[in-house]
Amino acid sequence: MWTPVGRGRWHGRALTVWAAAAAHRGLLKPRPTPTREAAAKSRTLDRLYSSADRKEKIDLSRFSVENIRNFSIIAHVDHGKSTLADRLLELTGTIDKTKNNKQVLDKLQVERERGITVKAQTASLFYNCEGKQYLLNLIDTPGHVDFSYEVSRSLSACQGVLLVVDANEGIQAQTVANFFLAFEAQLSIIPVINKVDLKNADPERVEKQIEKVFDIPSDECIKISAKLGTNVERVLQAVIKRIPPPKVHRKNPLKALVFDSTFDQYRGVIANVALFDGVVSKGDKIVSAHTKKTYEVNEVGVLNPNEQPTHKLYAGQVGYLIAGMKDVTEAQIGDTLYLHKQPVEPLPGFKSAKPMVFAGMYPIDQSEYNNLKSAVEKLTINDSSVTVHRDSSLALGAGWRLGFLGLLHMEVFNQRLEQEYNASVILTTPTVPYKAVLSSAKLIKEYREKEITIINPAQFPDKSKVTEYLEPVVLGTIITPDEYTGKVMMLCQARRAVQKNMMYIDQNRVMLKYLFPLNEIVVDFYDSLKSLSSGYASFDYEDAGYQTAELVKMDILLNGNPVEELVTIVHKDKAHSVGKAVCERLKESLPRQLFEIAVQAAVGSKIIARETVKAYRKNVLAKCYGGDITRKMKLLKRQAEGKKKLRKIGNIEVPKDAFIKVLRTQCDK
Amino acid sequence: MRAMALPGARARGCRAAAKMAQRRRYAEYARGSQSRGPPVSRAALYVHWPYCEKRCSYCNFNKYIPRGVEEAAMRSCLVTEARTLLRLSGVQRVESVFFGGGTPSLASPSTVAAVLEAVDQAAHLPADSEVTLEANPTSAPGSRLAAFGAAGVNRLSIGLQSLDDTELQLLGRTHSARDALQTLAEARRLFPGRVSVDLMLGLPAQKVGPWLGQLRTLLGCCDDHISLYQLSLERGTALFTHVQRGTLPAPDPELAAAMYQEGRAMLREAGFRQYEVSNFARNGALSTHNWTYWQCGQYLGIGPGAHGRFAPHGARSHTREARIQTLEPDNWMKEVMRFGHGTRRRVPLGRLELLEEVLAMGLRTDVGITHQHWGQFEPELSLWDVFGVSQEVKVLLVQGLLLLDHRGLRCSWEGLAVLDCLLLTLLPLLQEAWAQRTPSPVQGG
Repeated sequence: MWTPVGRGRWHGRALTVWAAAAAHRGLLKPRPTPTREAAAKSRTLDRLYSSADRKEKIDLSRFSVENIRNFSIIAHVDHGKSTLADRLLELTGTIDKTKNNKQVLDKLQVERERGITVKAQTASLFYNCEGKQYLLNLIDTPGHVDFSYEVSRSLSACQGVLLVVDANEGIQAQTVANFFLAFEAQLSIIPVINKVDLKNADPERVEKQIEKVFDIPSDECIKISAKLGTNVERVLQAVIKRIPPPKVHRKNPLKALVFDSTFDQYRGVIANVALFDGVVSKGDKIVSAHTKKTYEVNEVGVLNPNEQPTHKLYAGQVGYLIAGMKDVTEAQIGDTLYLHKQPVEPLPGFKSAKPMVFAGMYPIDQSEYNNLKSAVEKLTINDSSVTVHRDSSLALGAGWRLGFLGLLHMEVFNQRLEQEYNASVILTTPTVPYKAVLSSAKLIKEYREKEITIINPAQFPDKSKVTEYLEPVVLGTIITPDEYTGKVMMLCQARRAVQKNMMYIDQNRVMLKYLFPLNEIVVDFYDSLKSLSSGYASFDYEDAGYQTAELVKMDILLNGNPVEELVTIVHKDKAHSVGKAVCERLKESLPRQLFEIAVQAAVGSKIIARETVKAYRKNVLAKCYGGDITRKMKLLKRQAEGKKKLRKIGNIEVPKDAFIKVLRTQCDK
Repeated sequence: MRAMALPGARARGCRAAAKMAQRRRYAEYARGSQSRGPPVSRAALYVHWPYCEKRCSYCNFNKYIPRGVEEAAMRSCLVTEARTLLRLSGVQRVESVFFGGGTPSLASPSTVAAVLEAVDQAAHLPADSEVTLEANPTSAPGSRLAAFGAAGVNRLSIGLQSLDDTELQLLGRTHSARDALQTLAEARRLFPGRVSVDLMLGLPAQKVGPWLGQLRTLLGCCDDHISLYQLSLERGTALFTHVQRGTLPAPDPELAAAMYQEGRAMLREAGFRQYEVSNFARNGALSTHNWTYWQCGQYLGIGPGAHGRFAPHGARSHTREARIQTLEPDNWMKEVMRFGHGTRRRVPLGRLELLEEVLAMGLRTDVGITHQHWGQFEPELSLWDVFGVSQEVKVLLVQGLLLLDHRGLRCSWEGLAVLDCLLLTLLPLLQEAWAQRTPSPVQGG
């Protein structure tokens, strides 16, 4: 049996009503983005030439289960996953061999720029080996652990993986994380050492690392150059030889796993499915185990990598299905589809997405609110792992509180907003979801549960009403050249991390494992790590649940009046340094007023940091004669107009800029 | 030349008479007894001389460094424009003339005389009218200043700026501290009680102590009028660029504030009255001309880039206009020759706009805005109506920054230094009160 990976991570899909409504609007008002437009165009070409004219719809019935292999490629960023995929596609004739095949499966601008895969893509390859025709389904996975729910869903449709490691860089943090995902899913793992053509390549050292860290004998490694095509054929042969065919039954009633879904503005939801049992064809009535809604299948097919319709999809195969679903919430990742009136036991592992990093997002100018809203709607149509809640700030106006799977996910989302929708936004410093175990009977009654999640610091319950506070923690993996070990350990200690493990993966590389409070790594940890190791250390992390934490609510006061927007939850040990930093930033950005302003950080009634903004001693134009009057009046009136828009805290006027400087993510400085 | 025909005797007599007249007008104003509404038949006249010898590093005024000035043409155009604007305005009496620039002391005394004579012909220029000339210190000032006196100038404003040669160099001035003191002494001899000096504060790297030393030195030799100007770094000036590039330290606003506070305290000790934010006078030696600006009286501006504010003769309901003349001297001259004037833009001032100016300008003075003064511009909406009920104003009153009483609305000593903050509270209140007033019936078509 296939065992879908159900790792109890924080992933899954939770779409808000708002996002659902957005999808509907998206249907009515199509405005393709450049990348999608290109994709849509090539799809149209396929339909013209391949599916209708070039040949009959592919008959997949001739591929018996024994001749099917479902596999993924997993790798650290830049180790050559997408290049290998390009070669495999070429070698099997799925795409033509041209010089332009660069990361064919990475369609988004951000994916190609950053060398990461955000959206999983799938391609079916037809390959002849020793006289037998094989159907190899390559399920490309997102390249970062932020997206590990998607990775795990993709992996659950596979029986094996190609673990690609750069022959020069060796095992990196993400290699380790990816390996364990595959390992725990009990998949066959084929190590592939890539870039052996590079001058500094040292495949033998990497073989030893793989043996030491993953306990895989070095003779199992395939040494290739995806760029030059060296030994890629051997990879295909290994896929056939070393990865087992799926264990499924065509005779059983349909049981299909949705492992991805995309939204097409003309055709609705396209669900990527892996069939565990049975057959599905056009006209079938199918039911979603999660929503219990019934649909009629309009089209099934394989991805090569664009959709190519087929008559049917059979057990063990991977392809797509279009069934009149209007919204990605109707095809949630991890859901099971079955035939109407033939219910099956849903596949395990379906989870709702739990965003782990939250940030406020506001238009720089409120007049851009509607544009930004439509951009966010369009992005969430295809990236439903982002949770969206409307929010408003007295200082920044109307906006949203967005939940992301992780930091990279947040950055990618922001970058896509900027690149694909030309939207410029204020993104506030990310926060993590804390929890409180309530002791107050009254509060428990109010929340209807004993353990509550705190997303908004304003809702932070007082210490007297809780048994304990909890903070999310992650298990971080750092791989670094050993000369930086000392510095890395100091950094980790400063971030309240606890060391769990340390091992040499070869003569001069160290792998460190630390348990980190998530909030300690969400802002600038990665940048600090990179800079102290001259870019050589790599970092990845996985969810490790929650731990007890001494959390406090920190207020920022202006002349004694709390500023609602700036309330933060911090660990007791960090309150002073965080408070001081906020006070300093506020001091720099608060304009002088007619009186002195005390900028204070307070925990309860205790002041932990203070800065002072001195009063204006002189503010009057020195020269004001006949020729100056017009200019002076214009200036005064403009200032007076601006003053009306200032947020008043007590009698202190605070410009939006000051809030932005304090609230905005500092990582771009 | 016609201008030279102006009798020297008249000029000399002017100085004494002008001084008397100045005192009388100020007294009238302070009593508020002679107010007859903002009179449209009277105006002050500003004459802009756009040329300088050298560009000062802090100045962004409309000025030009010419290869050679065609002074005759310039003179003729100034005369023509003065006649045209006086005719358009219907002004019958010019109460003050101010030659500013640029460097008007570089103009010939005959040009000054020609303009004054044209003014006297086109309208009446009473013998007691204040006629001020801005003059830069020079190494040999005597005869030239006397010639200006003969041409009808009866008050001098000397751009002394600093008594420190290093600072003068930094400012790009052509004179030395010695020149400054010599020019001041000569000016006082020629125009006793009628000489003003400018002193700058808040220069890059300037310290409070030494600056106060300069002021003390100046108090030992100055006449009855001093202006203290804080340097403001203006875009496009050499000084701005230096600070921007970091080749000069940015002026420290804290130090400038300290210089201002201690400077005005020192002047008060010495018997000077701070009658405006940057202006100090003793023995009643206020500048009548500048006083007109702060009281929102009418003024005509002639010369390249000059500004004016007056109601054109015969305009409906005496609507005042803001006028600006063409900036560039050659273009301005061409226009004057073709059309009789070089007005580039005329913008009618609404009643509210005028009130906003009355408020912003009036509060710069020590007497502020009296109820009578306000009433001349707005008889229906009193100062009490506008500001009397506001909570924000109450806070300012309690803080001791502002005063609102039977005399009117004015800044306290402390408030004057932060007037621009106060105006940000007061202007919106005026706009609000204006929007909510019961509209008076539309008058006269």
